[in-house]
Amino acid sequence: MLLIHCPYCNETLPELEFTYAGQAHVVRPEQPSGQSDEQWEEFLFIRANVRGPHYERWRHFHGCGRFFNAVRDTVSDKFLTTYEADAPRPDLSSLTERQK
Amino acid sequence: MNAPVSSFTSGALVETSAARISKAPAIGRLSLRARGDLAPFDAALGVGLPLSIGQRASVDGTEILRLGPDEWTLTTPVPRTAQIEAAFAEIYEAHPHSLVDISGREVTFEIEGAQAAELLTLGCPRDIETILPGQGRRTVFDGVTVVLWRDAEDRFRMDVWQSFAPHVLALLDTGCRELAAQSH
Ligand SMILES: [Zn+2]
Repeated sequence: MLLIHCPYCNETLPELEFTYAGQAHVVRPEQPSGQSDEQWEEFLFIRANVRGPHYERWRHFHGCGRFFNAVRDTVSDKFLTTYEADAPRPDLSSLTERQK
Repeated sequence: MNAPVSSFTSGALVETSAARISKAPAIGRLSLRARGDLAPFDAALGVGLPLSIGQRASVDGTEILRLGPDEWTLTTPVPRTAQIEAAFAEIYEAHPHSLVDISGREVTFEIEGAQAAELLTLGCPRDIETILPGQGRRTVFDGVTVVLWRDAEDRFRMDVWQSFAPHVLALLDTGCRELAAQSH
């Protein structure tokens, strides 16, 4: 079973307490009515489908209840890091460096 | 096991050499969501809200457990709920928050005995030993969100939503009997 670190609880806990919540850092356009159909489609539906480190959202559903962000390698299923929802997107090279 | 748990009387529900499960008497329960300066809430309660997730505080029979970054659950004798609500209403204008009476939502099972912690491992994926006596956590038990209070090494309370309670109790019941059978 995967162990996931919740940045709010500051505990590393079994995957079963968490739910996956899709790609992270998807920004909603400030003026949705100004978007073309293609742009709006992109925002709603088009995701990266990364092979390798993926920035994604998780929720500590059976716990503190909070959404947070994670970087998980979709090949190895290893979490490189987790961070609070309003924290800046961590630089990938610093994360992979730490893994070595 | 389809009868609503509320129709059971308080007291022992299952008892084996491994552990004893009983239904706790009815109690007042409040859910508090607040952020920012917590001092006014501490003053209204008469005790500081616990600052880290899983920590508890108590005052005059009221127990407070921090569940999340801005969420606490309070248990209190039923007549106290109105007093706490009144005290919080006084500070509402200056310090907006949410205080909801959830007394009817949940039932509490008291779980105690030599193998109480082991019994919980049947449904909890997290390591029970990381919840220290005097702490509590919201976690999951066999797919159901529960709030687990650890009162002593071998004594727990589990708050379960009413509709999930028969399911949870059924597993606790089986577990109690199975653990007892293994030790013979
Ligand atoms: Zn958490």
